[in-house]
Amino acid sequence: MRRLLWPAAVLVLLLALNVFFTPSFLAIQVRDGHLYGSLIDILRFGAPLILVALGMTLVIATGGIDLSVGSVVAISGALACLRISEDAGVLAAVAPALGLCLLLGAWNGFLVAGVGIQPIIATLILMVAGRGLAQLITGGQIITVNDEAYKMIGGGYWLTVPFGVLIVLAVLAITAFLTRRLALGMLIESVGGNAEASRLAGIRSRGIIVMVYAFAALCAGVAGLMISSNVSSADGNNAGLWIELDAILAVVIGGTSLAGGRFSLAGTVLGALIIQTLTTTVYSIGVPPETTLLFKALVVTAVCLIQSPSFRAKVFRRRGGTAPPAAVAEEKARVREEVPPDGVRS
Amino acid sequence: MLKRISALVLAGLTAMAVAACGSSGSESGSDGGGSGGGDDSITMGFSQVGAESGWRTANTKSVQESAAKAGITLKFSDAQQKQENQIKAIRSFVQQRVDVIAFSPVVESGWDTVLKEAQNAKIPVILTDRAVDSKDTTLYKTFLGSDFIEEGKKAGQWLVEEYKDATGTVNIVELQGTTGSAPANDRKEGFAEVIGADPKFKVIASQTGDFTRAKGKEVMEAFLKSNPDIDVLYAHNDDMGLGAIEAIEGAGKVPGQDIKIITVDAVKDGMQALADGKINFIVECSPLLGPQLMDLAKKVVKGEQVPARVVTEETTFTQEQAEQVLSTRQY
Repeated sequence: MRRLLWPAAVLVLLLALNVFFTPSFLAIQVRDGHLYGSLIDILRFGAPLILVALGMTLVIATGGIDLSVGSVVAISGALACLRISEDAGVLAAVAPALGLCLLLGAWNGFLVAGVGIQPIIATLILMVAGRGLAQLITGGQIITVNDEAYKMIGGGYWLTVPFGVLIVLAVLAITAFLTRRLALGMLIESVGGNAEASRLAGIRSRGIIVMVYAFAALCAGVAGLMISSNVSSADGNNAGLWIELDAILAVVIGGTSLAGGRFSLAGTVLGALIIQTLTTTVYSIGVPPETTLLFKALVVTAVCLIQSPSFRAKVFRRRGGTAPPAAVAEEKARVREEVPPDGVRS
Repeated sequence: MLKRISALVLAGLTAMAVAACGSSGSESGSDGGGSGGGDDSITMGFSQVGAESGWRTANTKSVQESAAKAGITLKFSDAQQKQENQIKAIRSFVQQRVDVIAFSPVVESGWDTVLKEAQNAKIPVILTDRAVDSKDTTLYKTFLGSDFIEEGKKAGQWLVEEYKDATGTVNIVELQGTTGSAPANDRKEGFAEVIGADPKFKVIASQTGDFTRAKGKEVMEAFLKSNPDIDVLYAHNDDMGLGAIEAIEGAGKVPGQDIKIITVDAVKDGMQALADGKINFIVECSPLLGPQLMDLAKKVVKGEQVPARVVTEETTFTQEQAEQVLSTRQY
């Protein structure tokens, strides 16, 4: 739980900054039969990022990385919108889109686990090719659809709550149950710690790796449906562009180690919310577009520094021991534990 | 090899289109190989940026159809948004000794060498839609394209006219295009210049929406929360405006009435929203510059003087006009 303290503090700080500039920022009201307010916006627009980041968390926990999720987002939205523009029902549009995503994810997993290609290269292939595939599906155009049921996925409300947020909650609950109540999470961490040793210990490392990549692609697929449904159109060029980087950032802010072997779902959700809140902050306090990227970079740098135990130890020691020395020592010990043994991973 | 085959196929298609039109089909539509000498028929090499949007596709179609109509043999090449493809295409046009080269540069810089080659081969060059930043303006004959500053001004003029009787402050929010792109910079500048004359117009928030619907919606949602009194939205293209409309509807307001909306482009979805009363005014940024391009090409080949800058013929649309022209819009 201590690990979540710093990301949570940053989130609260960002929200406080917003309240300072817009006093009504935290207000939530019911308008037109649904919840309305800045916080709801953060959840709604953050929903796709949370989903993509959840999938990314498990991939990173196995010591891998998935760069192709942004392209999968575009493919899923493109195929679903294409099917709907051909007068297919929502189910007949969503099912093949998600099916294709699963297939693409399994392909990534096969390249990584079966052929033994480095994850960053294996998924780079689909990252580049996937955007081309999305443009092929849309014919290079923006497909506009008009379907109330499809709009529900990303833009609709159910019992006043944004439907996309409900989807995220469902996926989060299922993932948490599978990985934390059942042994699956431990198996994933074990594979991330050392795939070969896990295999020798009787874990099907390859199967687990293929599964997490398929899961990541499925999450990205659902996120793609949300993004395209929210604006009732599919844009092969821009949908999900660079979302893989935001997702990786969310995972890292949430305290999951890029080296694999350990993950935190709650941390990832917090990380994704921080990123989305940061975006909303930029709009509402009126940071000029020319300096937006710099502003974001500064905040992210600050977040990363604040989370580094050795950085904190240095700063606090210089200021005369705000943190008791025992705590610092304990943190350091923990960090040392987290460093993976060298040379065993190949 | 593939490129040459596709060029031949395209030349063939153009020839067929000419024959179908039945205008001056007999003279043009030659073998697509070495023309340029002897007869009057003109061969044009055209290098397009790509097919990234509905706007661009309409632009391509306009060029192809007008070439057919004007009896100009067109060698068309799609650069798929890569400068190196475009440079290759222009080199191959030079080798094939076409009469005139036209192209929409993918990026602004890096064209001097290849344009010099065209100049040495005495082949005139016309830029369409986008400019190059080359210092040597003799490298090309003319630049045919929209004046983005003028588009911003037109948007501003409508706003000034619409609110000429209003006394209170008019709160405006702006959705900019991709930060640093020429259309975004110029549309902002032209608009600001016109409304700046009257202090009652106030731009209370201005953010980039990256020319996309999704971003337009997201930014507008935030604007609606941080600024309760928005009178006018000015979006640098239709797509961002369309996204913003959804945000406004989600906030329980009526787009077009509670918040007046001005956009630029006039693509089909935008025109539909304008006819439905959700947008109030659209400044056209027309991709249909084919006919003007063919006129210029003929003049340039004959050696006549042409102005160094030709602005695309463009108009503006109100809601009533949109209803009338909607059925005949090509893109």
